[in-house]
Amino acid sequence: MFFYLPMAFFLLFLLFPFYWMVITSIRPDSELYRPWNAINYNPFWTTRPTWEHVRGLLLETLFTTWMWNTMFIALMSTAISLVCGVFAGYALSRLSFPFAGGLGTGIFITYLVPQTLLFIPLAEIIRNYNLGDTPWALILTYPTFLIPFCTWLMMGYFKAVPKELEECARIDGASRWQAMLYIIIPVAIPGILSAGIFAFTLSWNEFIYALVFLSSPDQKTVPVGVTSDLIRGDVFFWGQLMAGALLGSIPVAIAYSFFVEHYVAGLTGSVKG
Amino acid sequence: MAVAAVSTALGDAPPPRRRRLLEDERWLALALLLPTMVLLGLFIAYPFVRGILLSVTDSRVGVSGSFVGLENYYRIWNDGIFRTAVYNTFLYTGVTTVFKLALGLWLAMLLNRNFRGKAFTRAFILLPFIIPTVLSTFAWKWMFDPTFSVLNWVLYRLGAITGRINWLGDPDLAMISIMVVNIWRGVPFFAISLLAGLQTISPELNEAAAIDGAKPWQRFWYVTWPLLLPVTMVVMLFSVIQTFADFQIVYVMTGGGPANATHLFATYAYQIGVGTGLLSQGAAISLAMFPILFLIVVLQLLYIRRVEVR
Repeated sequence: MFFYLPMAFFLLFLLFPFYWMVITSIRPDSELYRPWNAINYNPFWTTRPTWEHVRGLLLETLFTTWMWNTMFIALMSTAISLVCGVFAGYALSRLSFPFAGGLGTGIFITYLVPQTLLFIPLAEIIRNYNLGDTPWALILTYPTFLIPFCTWLMMGYFKAVPKELEECARIDGASRWQAMLYIIIPVAIPGILSAGIFAFTLSWNEFIYALVFLSSPDQKTVPVGVTSDLIRGDVFFWGQLMAGALLGSIPVAIAYSFFVEHYVAGLTGSVKG
Repeated sequence: MAVAAVSTALGDAPPPRRRRLLEDERWLALALLLPTMVLLGLFIAYPFVRGILLSVTDSRVGVSGSFVGLENYYRIWNDGIFRTAVYNTFLYTGVTTVFKLALGLWLAMLLNRNFRGKAFTRAFILLPFIIPTVLSTFAWKWMFDPTFSVLNWVLYRLGAITGRINWLGDPDLAMISIMVVNIWRGVPFFAISLLAGLQTISPELNEAAAIDGAKPWQRFWYVTWPLLLPVTMVVMLFSVIQTFADFQIVYVMTGGGPANATHLFATYAYQIGVGTGLLSQGAAISLAMFPILFLIVVLQLLYIRRVEVR
């Protein structure tokens, strides 16, 4: 009683919007736009499911282009952030050099800088570098909020690897570089996977940079495209919007479902530091 | 031996001079940190400085302005909408954080038991957090739609209301609706992180307290809560920063309306800086967040350190 009732409440609250997306995207318009107090109206079910919204979305809008754009940007920025984060995490956790502490703190502080603080000057800089309205504007700026997170997570993983492992390899004649590449990094693969999954979902989710730096419809990412181009004038086409929201979430949902444990490890690792 | 053999076989040993340099810990560290420093320097430190310089000029889109000192700050200080936005941001952050913490902790305690379908439930509960915020916020906007709201339908059928509720049309209701969406999105993050914290607490402690006659509420307050505090504080730190600087939910739900009543720092900065093109004033608005965020971070980090030492 004290368990199932609250649990049911939480599940209803947290998952109902997704049910609502699904049901909206398959209902015909004639059912969608009935006033809330119409009689004999059941908003939770439909007997006449339709594909018209999904078809319209895929054929009449640039939705598939946005999907490819987002995929490319998310994969590229994740790759850049992983390389940088793994290297930086290794250096900060296993090498001793001057200013190591200061640099670690510096990276942690950038971790706490929200994107909304810098978007206006950054838009100017992007324009000056002639990166505006290209995917590179995002591929190069997304790492600013992904690298600190990846570094922080990797530091935790590297610290857990015993020093003896590396020393053995060095005694056997490996250089520092080789010891890192062939001994330490393979041990930390689960950490790299966690950081990668987390970074991928964060880049797919990012909104304000994509909104400000991109302008032509065929360059946009899914979140920006859905917000700006699926609303014509003042009219919301809710069927298409919900279909877009649903399909636009599928790549992150798939990545997440395959690596739930890694995702949770990344999430909680980022908190525990 | 094995390692050396592998690497020679792959033929990737760097040439001797570079190799000797990379043997030095300091040079290797520099080489490894360089890409990170370049990216963070170019796209965080530099824009930060540029933002401050921009905020003391009168630049607009296409017009590089001249130095005007603190005029932009003076202007926003006397701007009624800016003051509303500041008030809203504090209210939004405060109220949602309390709810996210309470509900997240409750959900974490529920998830910390053994029941059938636990892994499944836990995986589904995180969905609001991983699905792109803008997209899920649209689902909420549709649920709050003035004419076709499913919430109104439910309330009407339950007999709670007779006329429609215009969720996003009234300033106070709009603010509440926005907060609901933020809480919805944030609870899973709190729950899963706190669950990870709960799982590190040995059940024997609670059992010992129970044997000594502690009631469930006392066990929570004197055993679980103090042990969970460090994790809670870090989760709060992240959540408060993200909420304070939030943009997406308000942008989609109301765009700052009705009549500029639901703006936060970020959405107002966007409206002035990008919408109206007053770059310098927009930069001043978003930079005005910085001292407050800085203070929050410092206070929370100090508190975390004190908690961890104890």
